[in-house]
Amino acid sequence: MSASARPTHDAATEPYQPVFAGKVLEELQSLLGRYPTKQGALLPALWLVQRQRGWISDRDMTEVAAVLGLTPAYVKGVVTFYTMYHQHPVGQNFVQVCTTSPCNICGAEDVVRALLQATGAKELGATSPDGRWTVIEVECLGACGFATPVLINDDFIESVSPEKVPDLVKRYR
Amino acid sequence: MGYPHKPHAKETKVLSKYFGDPEARTYKGWVKRGGYEAWRQAQTLAPAAITDLVKESGLRGRGGAGFPTGLKWSFMPKDKKKPHYLCVNADESEPGTFKDREIMRWTPHALLEGTAIAMRAIQAEVAYVYIRGEFTEPYAIMAQALAEATAAGAFGDLKIHLHRGAGAYICGEETALMNSIEGKRGNPRIKPPFPAAFGVFGMPTTINNVETLAAVPPILTNGPAWYKKMSLSNPKSTGTKLFSVCGHVQKPGNYELTMGFPLKDLLFELCGGMRPGRTLKACIPGGSSVPILDRAETEACLLDYEGAVERGTMLGSGGVIVFDDSADMVYQIMRLARFYAHESCAQCTQCREGTAWTTKILERILAGQGKATDLDLLLDLSENMTGKTICVLSDSCAAPVVSGIKKFRGEFEDYIAGKRKPVLVA
Repeated sequence: MSASARPTHDAATEPYQPVFAGKVLEELQSLLGRYPTKQGALLPALWLVQRQRGWISDRDMTEVAAVLGLTPAYVKGVVTFYTMYHQHPVGQNFVQVCTTSPCNICGAEDVVRALLQATGAKELGATSPDGRWTVIEVECLGACGFATPVLINDDFIESVSPEKVPDLVKRYR
Repeated sequence: MGYPHKPHAKETKVLSKYFGDPEARTYKGWVKRGGYEAWRQAQTLAPAAITDLVKESGLRGRGGAGFPTGLKWSFMPKDKKKPHYLCVNADESEPGTFKDREIMRWTPHALLEGTAIAMRAIQAEVAYVYIRGEFTEPYAIMAQALAEATAAGAFGDLKIHLHRGAGAYICGEETALMNSIEGKRGNPRIKPPFPAAFGVFGMPTTINNVETLAAVPPILTNGPAWYKKMSLSNPKSTGTKLFSVCGHVQKPGNYELTMGFPLKDLLFELCGGMRPGRTLKACIPGGSSVPILDRAETEACLLDYEGAVERGTMLGSGGVIVFDDSADMVYQIMRLARFYAHESCAQCTQCREGTAWTTKILERILAGQGKATDLDLLLDLSENMTGKTICVLSDSCAAPVVSGIKKFRGEFEDYIAGKRKPVLVA
């Protein structure tokens, strides 16, 4: 994987800065009130980690485990189950393109090719040399009538065609 | 309305009446449109009376199974000894389906109102709305609507929480959804015990789909007889349903129809038919997990639970995927198999191995390296993937494969015989 602009907290030499401190800790505490068990807050807690860090490292998983009274191995088991949690740093703009059948027959694979070219990410899952882009194919995004839907970070963009890709990419430059 | 298109005269607008109207998203705007009147009524009724009204309406689960909603609610313990929960299934991930997304985007209060009514009917004090992780916009709109309604004191002591998924189709399966809320991997659970006895956090639980719950407020305000009357064919299928149409039609979108509406009319009148110069080849009428229909079957199919079964398929979620004569059925069935292989939770051997090998064999055929025995092998694999696992994901992979080979066998054989240029590299 190419270098990313994101800091990694896996470097053992770097002192670990906890995610759950200050405001983020308060957010977690309010989440805990929604579930009858601490474990219930695991998925939202992982979302908080990813929002703060851009991805979820092993050391972050250890922190989550300690906060929720779980083991690091258990947390890793959950993280690896869900495709939206990043276990590696990704580009500043993370692009998910639906290529399941309904979008596929409407030209989704051409959209993927156009995105790989316009972003310089070149291959699926790799990050562009400038660290700005990672493009992946995903299964059904649930907007099949608006083929091809593309999720760039948290922005859900409908009806993307190869022609629209260059302008779309410019908006995130 | 046929969102994002103008409403068509043949639609029956109940759930989709305010699609495209941003003011309906606000609490005030919803109240102005008669919203929360059903919830006010429900609070004057005993829980069992609400359940009876829904039973009488004939409403059936819109998530795919078509189980009678009132009957499901009646399975919850009457003498309450433990906390009761409602889980709202907003994990809409079935390829071809995008109706719940539109309900949450345009009429979030319809869902919240239906949720509150269902909570009263099953005596739940907490509800979790499980929204798939990719639905960032619907989540934000639901969060805003929930905050406004809560600030207005709309739900009293009831607690409704949004829970964001993280990318797993299988979490739309009700027991996997409950595990996911508990902070676990989304593996489906063996049933029994059923959720009404042992659900989320081990407590009595009901799981309902978004569209099902959004249909509850109008049933209360207009009465069950009004709902029951909306039926064009079989009286066991009542009310309206959102059909999400995608693929090769001129006007893809969500269309709300009275149960029993002809599929042919939906495709050729409401959706504007095929693209110029193209003809209809195949259609999957209920989301990717149901058997594929050929052209003749599509043209004869009525859109209700029984009408779909009569044509050898299922109504499922109402996600209608349309293929014209340009579609490569072998490639598209491979894409569906790949979807299921990616989404298998890998708990059951038949599913973990079956979905992966089905995909590999289809890829081999598309690479021009198929063997004469491959079609029988695929059918044999599918046989072993049907009715043998904890949940139906495995069966869902087999459905398009078996129906696809049956109805489009020639296309598979052409690849195997080298009469068609390979589209994949071995």
